[in-house]
Amino acid sequence: MRRSLSSPGLIRVLIVGLALVLARPAAALVVEEEFVLGPADAAPVLRILSTTDVSAARPFLEAFHNANPDLSIRYTVASTISAYEAIADEQLPFDLVISSAMDLQMKLANDGHARPIPHSAAIDAVPHTARWRDLIVGISVEPVVIVVRSGAFAQGKVPRTRRELIDRLREDPERFRGKVGTYDPATSGAGYLFASQDAAFGSTFWRLAEVIGRLDARLYCCSGAMINDLADGRLLVAYNLVGSYSRARAAEDPRLLVIEPEDFTLQLLRTALVPRSAANPDAALRMLEFLLSERGVTAINLVPGQSSVLSTPSGRPGASRTIRLDPGLLANLDRIRKDVFLRDWTAAMVQP
Amino acid sequence: MTDTAAPRSLPHRLAAVSLGGSLQRKLIWQFLAAAAVAALTLFLAIRVTADRAAEAAQDAVLAAATLALSEGLLAEDDQLDMDLPATVLSMLSAMGEDHVFYRVVLRGQTVTGYEGLALPDTIPTGNEPLFYETMVNGTPVRAASLTRAILFDGAQTEVQVALAQTRHGQAAIADAIAWRAGFLGIGFFVLAVPMSLLAARAILGPVGEVADGVARRGPQDLRPVAESVPPELAPFIAALNGFILRLRLAHSRTETFIAEAAHHIRTPLSAIRAEAEVALHQAGDDKIRTRLRRVIRSAEECSRSASQLMDHALVMSRSEQEVRGPVELGTLLDGLVASMRPTAELRELSLHWQRPEHPVVVLGDRLLVETALRNILDNAIKYSNPDDAIDVLLDVSGRMARISVLDRGRGIARADLASLAPRFQRGENVRDIVGSGLGLTMVTEVSDSHDGVFRLDPREGGGTCAVLCLPLA
Ligand SMILES: Nc1ncnc2c1ncn2[C@@H]1O[C@H](COP(=O)(O)OP(=O)(O)OP(=O)(O)O)[C@@H](O)[C@H]1O
Ligand SMILES: [Mg+2]
Repeated sequence: MRRSLSSPGLIRVLIVGLALVLARPAAALVVEEEFVLGPADAAPVLRILSTTDVSAARPFLEAFHNANPDLSIRYTVASTISAYEAIADEQLPFDLVISSAMDLQMKLANDGHARPIPHSAAIDAVPHTARWRDLIVGISVEPVVIVVRSGAFAQGKVPRTRRELIDRLREDPERFRGKVGTYDPATSGAGYLFASQDAAFGSTFWRLAEVIGRLDARLYCCSGAMINDLADGRLLVAYNLVGSYSRARAAEDPRLLVIEPEDFTLQLLRTALVPRSAANPDAALRMLEFLLSERGVTAINLVPGQSSVLSTPSGRPGASRTIRLDPGLLANLDRIRKDVFLRDWTAAMVQP
Repeated sequence: MTDTAAPRSLPHRLAAVSLGGSLQRKLIWQFLAAAAVAALTLFLAIRVTADRAAEAAQDAVLAAATLALSEGLLAEDDQLDMDLPATVLSMLSAMGEDHVFYRVVLRGQTVTGYEGLALPDTIPTGNEPLFYETMVNGTPVRAASLTRAILFDGAQTEVQVALAQTRHGQAAIADAIAWRAGFLGIGFFVLAVPMSLLAARAILGPVGEVADGVARRGPQDLRPVAESVPPELAPFIAALNGFILRLRLAHSRTETFIAEAAHHIRTPLSAIRAEAEVALHQAGDDKIRTRLRRVIRSAEECSRSASQLMDHALVMSRSEQEVRGPVELGTLLDGLVASMRPTAELRELSLHWQRPEHPVVVLGDRLLVETALRNILDNAIKYSNPDDAIDVLLDVSGRMARISVLDRGRGIARADLASLAPRFQRGENVRDIVGSGLGLTMVTEVSDSHDGVFRLDPREGGGTCAVLCLPLA
């Protein structure tokens, strides 16, 4: 399974059992992209392992490099699960791990793979909801959104809440049959995280699941494929997409309309931790301090749909539901729990 | 010139005391030690209690979470379902962002969770979870475990769940409370410092008051201590009063004895003298006459000593009683000069005395002032040569009445001046003059007990000038 949240170009489906207790064979790190700033052979190197692709990371990487020309940066992009395994199983000497998989980051920290980050004014300024102990620090936050093709709904009938979406889909089932897409929680870690978080906020999710199940919803492993189909017109509605990527695509493609549901909008944290295996943890701390500095915040906010944890997030303030960064996320990785969830999900999708 | 009068000051009245450890300091130290012990006990008690309370609270949460975890276990045929609400794990971490680990074991197989989380040595039974301590990834954790029977694969099967958390939160709470308890303890101690100072002072206050009262007394004041004192000081004051009483008794016994002894000596002495004078008249032999004259002289000397001793005893006992009243010196000197005039005329001396127009009144014991002045006049008459004049003057100088007695007699050698005040001290110049050496002793004592000044100086142009100053009423 892959959890590429933002690399549409590479579609590789890796199916990795999420069972925590099953011994996984140590897989070699699958590098998707690599980006080097400064002389590659320079002595102090900051090695970053990230799930954010280079195009989105470039503004803050270059700003940091300008401020710290003595450091060269090796920025490695991998899938969330691959990044997790590189640290948990292989203890590769990365100095900083930036990932959007909050549950896997939490597991790394809970299992003792993260190094305590010393207190500083910049780190203490991060709100408590975006930190866990002194081990995980949130960098940016982005909404989980619904993307629709413009024209999918009549003028003034564009749904603003999940309930309205359910009503619109019910009103015209023929129009939406086979045209609604979402992550497949069985194969996408991010999709499962979003779905289980949605489910935790009330019964609307299961009603929506039943409605889109009846409409023969299409399930995707990755956001890229989903948004491509939306752009091509194969889909009219894509539910639970990552905000930054959707906004970036919508900025280029006027046919795409991004909706932040007003009943509640999940907010996903992109978090950083310094692994125990770090070779140059001081450089990692400098990067963290930079990301939380004024220039870092500006660079992060440059990416559409994404905002620094230090900025006030977009959208209706009351509707934001930041996914809780605490060991509750570990439940998300439990095999039995996932099995139970997927059975209910399948029952909703495959209806007689 | 020599000042024969010593000023009456406190050091004269307070004897030197050999000092041990200060009672006040000892009390303060003891108070502070007690306060320190109390503060420390307070700190430890709060710390331990808070630690226990925090642990109990955490254990309760852990127990509830373990129970929730075990109750979420359901079996459907050969499938184990688990409803693991994220909130159960969140709840465990909420207090202090603790690490959380769990494990579910079915038929000896870990079905989900962390294999690294050790199970307790004994298999828990009953509905209450079993608490134990263990390590996960090298971190100490507090764990709870519970066994539940579920219908699995058609048979009752035991499932054991274990849930563990680090106790960073509890440690943080205990630390925070310990800090507060520490500040409380220090605050308590800081407050105790002035309190113990005040307490020690309050406790020892009466001692100081009694000491002040006793120290403020005159040299001859032997009254018992009458101030009311706390019962704890009563034995000390009772002992002091008993001592004062004994001292007073001994004192008055000695004085009475001296006066009686002098009296008893005087009577036979006059008899001796009378008999010797008769014998002198009758004796024809010159040698015997010389001997008899010596006998008469010795008797005179002895008698003089006896009467001076009596006077001295009187001075001693009267100055102890501190009888005080207004004394008009003009009248007093009138009488005194009149009574001395016959003696002076016998020696062919002229006594000049002019009573001042205004009365000069001092506060004192009339009898003592008179004794002092009589001794001064007596000396002037005794140590003058025939045909000399003696001037007695009374005037006021500043806040003092001044009595000056001026003679043209043999004068006193400068070397002698300093040594004449002590008892039985007589000058080199006395030659054949009868005396005991107690006169000036009495003058000095009276002057001292009346806060006065007495000086004896050689007079310009020969003779002596004796000046007694007494404070005006
Ligand atoms: N006016 C004086 N002129 C010369 N010497 C004096 C005079 N007054 C006192 N003295 C000297 O001081 C000494 C002490 O005097 P004080 O009165 O104490 O003793 P005293 O006269 O010898 O004996 P008494 O006790 O009988 O008076 C005398 O012995 C004498 O030497
Ligand atoms: Mg004399």
